[in-house]
Amino acid sequence: MILAARDLSVRYPGVARRVLDSVSLRVEPGRLVAVTGPNGSGKTTLVNALLGLVVPDGGSAMLDGRPVSGWRRGSLAKVVGVVAQREEVVFPITVWQTVMLGRYAHLGPLAPIGFHDREATLRALRRCDIEPLAERRVDTLSGGEWQRVRLARALAQQPRILVLDEPTASLDVRHEMELFELIRTLVADGLAGLVVTHELNLAARFADRIVLLNEGRVVVDGAPAEVLRREILTEVFGWPVAVTTWSDGSPQVIPLRAGEAAPG
Amino acid sequence: MRRAALGLLLLVPLSLAVGLWAGPVTLSPLDIWDGLVHPYADSSAIVRDLRLPRVLLAFLVGGSLSVVGASLQALLRNPLADPYLLGLSGGAGLGAVVAIAINPGWPWAVPAAAFAGAAGAIALVYRLSVVSGRRLDPRVLLLAGVVVGSFAGAIMTTVASLSEATELKRAFLWLLGGFGAASWSALVVFAAYAAVPLVVLLLSGRALDLLALGEESAKHLGADVERNKRIVYIATSLLTAASVAVCGMVGFVGLVVPHAVRRLWTPMHRELLPIVFLVGGAFLVLADGLARTIVRPLELPVGAVTAIVGVPLFAMLLRRNYT
Repeated sequence: MILAARDLSVRYPGVARRVLDSVSLRVEPGRLVAVTGPNGSGKTTLVNALLGLVVPDGGSAMLDGRPVSGWRRGSLAKVVGVVAQREEVVFPITVWQTVMLGRYAHLGPLAPIGFHDREATLRALRRCDIEPLAERRVDTLSGGEWQRVRLARALAQQPRILVLDEPTASLDVRHEMELFELIRTLVADGLAGLVVTHELNLAARFADRIVLLNEGRVVVDGAPAEVLRREILTEVFGWPVAVTTWSDGSPQVIPLRAGEAAPG
Repeated sequence: MRRAALGLLLLVPLSLAVGLWAGPVTLSPLDIWDGLVHPYADSSAIVRDLRLPRVLLAFLVGGSLSVVGASLQALLRNPLADPYLLGLSGGAGLGAVVAIAINPGWPWAVPAAAFAGAAGAIALVYRLSVVSGRRLDPRVLLLAGVVVGSFAGAIMTTVASLSEATELKRAFLWLLGGFGAASWSALVVFAAYAAVPLVVLLLSGRALDLLALGEESAKHLGADVERNKRIVYIATSLLTAASVAVCGMVGFVGLVVPHAVRRLWTPMHRELLPIVFLVGGAFLVLADGLARTIVRPLELPVGAVTAIVGVPLFAMLLRRNYT
């Protein structure tokens, strides 16, 4: 199943400039696409437009060959799992209950929770390595654990496509790496993955493709080495950087201090 | 969990029995039984015509208000939400005070006017809250509810301050809530009317679980958020308006019962709502029983009793869960 944007444009009422301007992109099984770019470059809008939450001004977002706007939310939730940027807990429930909510689209308002639902929930918990936390209340979790719970909830939907909007924001190195390793494994198992991130170096090591956005437009879309280039990044982010290569061949970006000259 | 369920199963019949027993005239359990089964027993008039409809009405209203409170708390993602938060109290109060001031001499005038006032407030709040196209924004809903309520409340105060003192007392006592006017006809009308919104809310349990997470997450998990928000808002409003019409404003039940049940049983709405209905019903029946007996032959407003009894109970619960 493929999630794709073709010349997707979005305009917010009362704003002259397009927030997204003719963006095209493809998310396909077994591949991880990272979307990155400066603050306000349209990353989250792109995600929302791809998921049919924002009405496009032009172009189209297609899921499995059909316009996303034509999908019912329930049907969409059975194939696309999303970990949104923010989620604030008002009424704390347990980890198990939270992950079980991923079954909503499969259950509808009336059906009792069945064997398959418990099975899918348990599998998702194991997958994210949080089974021991099942009975914990979500307001007692650390930031890293909470992100895993939200990812598990998305997996309990049994999706074919996974969309994550800045999943590692405010996580420490270990939790950041653990989460990306997990995402990578899920993608290797056949899920299509889209991750919005500010972590250029993680995108470089984990993603198959990087889409670099600036002011609503795609600056470059390609393999990490094609996108993370010194002159491109310096221009787009408005800050000088140096780019080196790690032993696995992935480019790594080092922002320079003010007045520091780039080596080489 | 099983012990809790058993307790609940006992609580409901027990509260109904206490409700039938409580009142200015002391009846033995045998008298009550006689009155219930034998239409010509001495106690039949009191038990069948006065106490039974009153107890059942209190149960239904208590249950409804608690379900409304739980649903609104999830819809607005606000633990402070109660059935009267969204301007209904002001609208209903205004209707009732106007009816009492005019005094048309029709027995259903006050409830009908209260209902009309509440319905007017609902319509106005809804109209104000539907923003940018056709979205119902819970934050705007909250603000609109509060301002519409304050506005109606101000007009109510103005009308009340211009009317006679006896009318004023009547109006305020009515607003404070009570089941003194309960009758079989009131019970039947309320039950028939409340059935639809109640069923609708009970069926919205899973959707409320998602709404409680926030709109964005709810959408990603597959909920038709706009539709669910409207359904919940309309069902809760209609239910509250009807309860205000039959018994004035009974505070506290709709705020505290949902919290207590969330803490003691489950926070998941599909199970929470039916339990909340039973507990809220039992709680209000017991409160009404107390209201009828503490200062008999006088009666306290049941709203005062729910708060006087409920606040210490709830305070204990809060302490127990946070320490």
